[in-house]
Amino acid sequence: MIVSLNWLKDYVDIDASVEEFCDKMIMTGSNLETCRRIGEGIENVKIGRIDKIDKHPDADRLKICMVNLGSCESTQIVTGAENIFQGAYVPVAIHKSKIPGPLHGQPKTSDGVEITRGKLRGVESNGMLCATTELGFDEKVSPMFSKDGIWILPGNWDDSLGKDIVKALELRDYAIDFEITPNRPDCLSMLGMAREAAATFGKKMRYPDTSLNTSDEKSQDYISVEIKSELCPRYTARVIKDVKIGQSPWWIQRRLLAAGMRPINNIVDITNFVMLEYGQPLHAFDITKLEGSRIVVEEAETGERFTTLDGTERELDETMLMIKDGKKSVAVAGVMGGLNSEVTEDTSTVVLESANFTSNSVRMTSKKLGLRTEASGRYEKGIDPNLCEIAADRVCKLVEILECGTVLKGSVDVYPHKIEAPTVCARVSRINKVLGTDISREEMVKYFESLEMKVSGEGDDMFVTPPTVRMDLLEEVDYVEEVARMYGYNNLPATLPGCTSRAVFPKEWDMRELVRDTLCAMGANEIQTYSFSNDKILDKIGIDEDSWERNFVRMINPMGEETSALRTILTPGMLETLSRNFSRKIESVRAFEIGNTFMKNLIDSHGLPDEAYNISIGCYGEGESFYTLKGMVEALLDKLGICNIRFIAEHEYGVYHPGRCARIVSRDARGDELELGIMGEIHPDTADNFNLDTRVYCAELFLDLLFEIADREIQFEHLPKYPSTGRDMALIVEDDLEVGKIEEAVRELEANILEDIRLFDVYRGSQVGDGKKSVAFSLKYRAKDKTLTDEEADKAHNEVVEMLKNRFGAVLRD
Amino acid sequence: MQEKLDKVLEYAKEQLEKAATIADTEEVRIKVMGKKGQLTQILRGMGSLSPEEKKEMGMAANKAKAKFEAMLKEKAAIVKEEAKKAKFKAETIDVTEPGIVPKIGVKHPITQVINEIVGIFRSMGYAVYESPEVDTVFNTFDGLNSPEFHPARDITDTFYIDDDIVLRPHTSSGEVRAEKDLQVPYKVIMPGRCFRCDTPDATHSPTFHQVEMMVVGENITMADLKGSLDHMAKKLFGPETKTKFRPHHFPFTEPSAEMDVSCFKCGGKGCNVCKGSGWIEILGCGMTHPHVHKAGGIDTEKYTGFAVGMGVERIAMLKYEIDDIRLLYENDMRFIDQFK
Repeated sequence: MIVSLNWLKDYVDIDASVEEFCDKMIMTGSNLETCRRIGEGIENVKIGRIDKIDKHPDADRLKICMVNLGSCESTQIVTGAENIFQGAYVPVAIHKSKIPGPLHGQPKTSDGVEITRGKLRGVESNGMLCATTELGFDEKVSPMFSKDGIWILPGNWDDSLGKDIVKALELRDYAIDFEITPNRPDCLSMLGMAREAAATFGKKMRYPDTSLNTSDEKSQDYISVEIKSELCPRYTARVIKDVKIGQSPWWIQRRLLAAGMRPINNIVDITNFVMLEYGQPLHAFDITKLEGSRIVVEEAETGERFTTLDGTERELDETMLMIKDGKKSVAVAGVMGGLNSEVTEDTSTVVLESANFTSNSVRMTSKKLGLRTEASGRYEKGIDPNLCEIAADRVCKLVEILECGTVLKGSVDVYPHKIEAPTVCARVSRINKVLGTDISREEMVKYFESLEMKVSGEGDDMFVTPPTVRMDLLEEVDYVEEVARMYGYNNLPATLPGCTSRAVFPKEWDMRELVRDTLCAMGANEIQTYSFSNDKILDKIGIDEDSWERNFVRMINPMGEETSALRTILTPGMLETLSRNFSRKIESVRAFEIGNTFMKNLIDSHGLPDEAYNISIGCYGEGESFYTLKGMVEALLDKLGICNIRFIAEHEYGVYHPGRCARIVSRDARGDELELGIMGEIHPDTADNFNLDTRVYCAELFLDLLFEIADREIQFEHLPKYPSTGRDMALIVEDDLEVGKIEEAVRELEANILEDIRLFDVYRGSQVGDGKKSVAFSLKYRAKDKTLTDEEADKAHNEVVEMLKNRFGAVLRD
Repeated sequence: MQEKLDKVLEYAKEQLEKAATIADTEEVRIKVMGKKGQLTQILRGMGSLSPEEKKEMGMAANKAKAKFEAMLKEKAAIVKEEAKKAKFKAETIDVTEPGIVPKIGVKHPITQVINEIVGIFRSMGYAVYESPEVDTVFNTFDGLNSPEFHPARDITDTFYIDDDIVLRPHTSSGEVRAEKDLQVPYKVIMPGRCFRCDTPDATHSPTFHQVEMMVVGENITMADLKGSLDHMAKKLFGPETKTKFRPHHFPFTEPSAEMDVSCFKCGGKGCNVCKGSGWIEILGCGMTHPHVHKAGGIDTEKYTGFAVGMGVERIAMLKYEIDDIRLLYENDMRFIDQFK
């Protein structure tokens, strides 16, 4: 809502500086968007009258004007404008004057333009006649009459010839744009803002004059109104005869310009003026174009075609509320009038509509038609139906003041259910309880009364009745807010809650943080990627078409195909990140992401999807291998206290290299196998799809599952009292025998004093023969109760070697 | 005899002087004191002497031996010291060559900001409460007193899975869940990921994070809200930070406010971060609307509460002066590495 400070002062006295005004209004709830000075940067521009226009001897397009600047003699100015005429009052930028600009057809500059005397095609010109845009007004608000030409000032300015235009036109003003929250549509009006200002500064309101000197003829003799729909709570019509269309006076135009609205002609300007003043949209019909002298408010016919004022033909449906005459539609209610009933220069009698339409109806219609107007925007937010009559009266008053028509007596007012403001009981004690204050009843009543509310009752109870425009005040809590903002949020004390919380801090939060700390310690950076996914990206990473990863939760209104579903796994986002970094020539990357994944609810198709946290780890670069990543995974699981991990070779999962991929499994408390995740070297085809011309390693684990089986209980174990004895062995085995199998078999040996087995070398080559490999282990033996003799250690070690010979055909290497 | 001893010592002295290494000194020791050493032989030759001579000569020999050992020790120490010096010289390195730096990973800046906020409130006794990222329309709008035609409900604003399920556009969706789940009184903080139909640009992202804060109890007042947030602002942006609460409107709180903090860049004088105003808008908050408490079955006469919602990306961007929100989701390692 743009508020012209000068206009506001018509209704309430403001002595404060503009800064103080804005600050205080902010603190009572009118948030400031911008505050702009109007009439700045204009120096030495005078009001002049064009007394004579001659053709330029050498240029067809140019004219030589003799401009009267009052006491001194006429000055000669050459112009190319076409809309000037003898007797026109115009802004004259004289020699050495300054205007904000930009000059017609030139780009805007920040420090304005200086105008000096000069010659145009050999003819002396002592300055320049100005357009509105050259004086700093937006092209959008240039008065229709002066559009694309010199600004022709409305009315007679003979008394001001030669006077400074800023002073004579009272141009200097502030256009203050306030953010109006949706609960306060009443503030989308000058009177609404004036009420706020009056309450904020403790001043009295001056309401506009709406007393009329009507003719004896009655409106109802000219027009009848019938409401056939519940979407129209009220319709008020008045009739104005002998309309003379013309420019409206400067005092009206000035207000509209400051409010950002283009002056068009007196009738349109008056309806716009009153709309800005009261917040009530108004519309005028040419009565001769209404067949049957009737107004009927009802829904459109399905498929009906109707041409609105902007010349566009639109298709309607049966939900759209229309204004009709006896035979046809003449306006889309609350949105835009029809071309067929437009007021033109020939119009002599108009029907003035001041009506109320329900906000939802206007919103839906405006949305369906893709047509938003100043009026529809206001109806959408909600308007007090009680405004219809007074706003219509105000229009008529301005018609009388401007002498541009004869107002007929009375209105045709159909208002079946009068809206009254609800009286609410607001308790002094409750308000203080919520705010943490000790404000007296007297003080609260003072606030309410400053906002034009009526208060009755006594003691703790205040029965408050607001003005009907305050449609937001329905319950006690709404009055808590009124007191709070009038008391001033800055005056509230600042304390801390006295209660302790019964909520428990969730373990998962700390576990996720532990995972982050662990991975960061291993040199991985945390990433955050979008939660979106789609089928294509799963194709791209090589996931089968019937895989569980495609149980997508899909949006019905995605922004695009690429983001049409929610991710079921994190690996695609990881690969995109690695790819982006690789393409930016980052040599090596270690990264991880902890994020939510989403799976379609397969049990209840209307239920919420299943959400679960996963962790993905990814890396590429020098030194990285399957085993570095495996080591990270092992270290992480170890940190979480998850033991009994096995890595099972996986050859079928399309994301990974078929020979370098493992499923990571463990066992739950009951001994059932649990799949914790998968890891491996990314399949070269997948890497290719992401333009990753390097070996890439990724892992993805089900984090929530890890937390379920995590055991972070720490139990102290005594340090060994007796030394251990080490033995190494190198075995020749079949090449496809997994080291994991050997280790597992060794560990399973019961009654053996083996403490640890560790692989330290794998060799393939001529010395061991084709299809074979040599694996070398270091083993450690220890007894709890004594120092082992060599014989005892040898015995245990031989048992291991024997078992491996028997089980795997392993041959001890010399 | 004494002559012989003197001679041996003379010889030993000469030899030790020549010795350059520990091995050299050892050689001298063997030559003098070894099985066939000169001194050893003299001592062996004493067998033929009379007891008196033996006594005299024994003393002289021991003296000579002690003398030699002292000489040997002294020389050995010198040689050892020199050897050490030589070794150190040989092993001297250029300490200005670069170290081999282990890479320490960095948490994402969004995580860091969330952790910082959670940490502040955790120390004030708040618990984290987490709720789903995909939630019901009821928890997201209706239960939060959102009007039927609120623009946020529009399919151009919020992602829908079906008519009743949305990708939560705010962490406030957790409020009604918390009300139903938790026992009053409670103080919780609800960090999490949210979604809105915003095409990515410098200031918009379809995925973003919020931290919601919610307190319910007896005698919880708007003054408590002010005090709690003022405390947070001072912890988050520095002890000099001032806060300003401006009236605002949200469906789920009343009275509602927006909180500004004094610009942490310029301290309130006005700069490009605060766009000259000296203040930066940080969050929206208010006293929880009774309708929201009712939706969660809370006795609105007995209990009051407040709620706060703040944008994590906005705070991260202001704090670190990041000029494009998309950087947070690009995950360029050179970007993330800056937040160590």
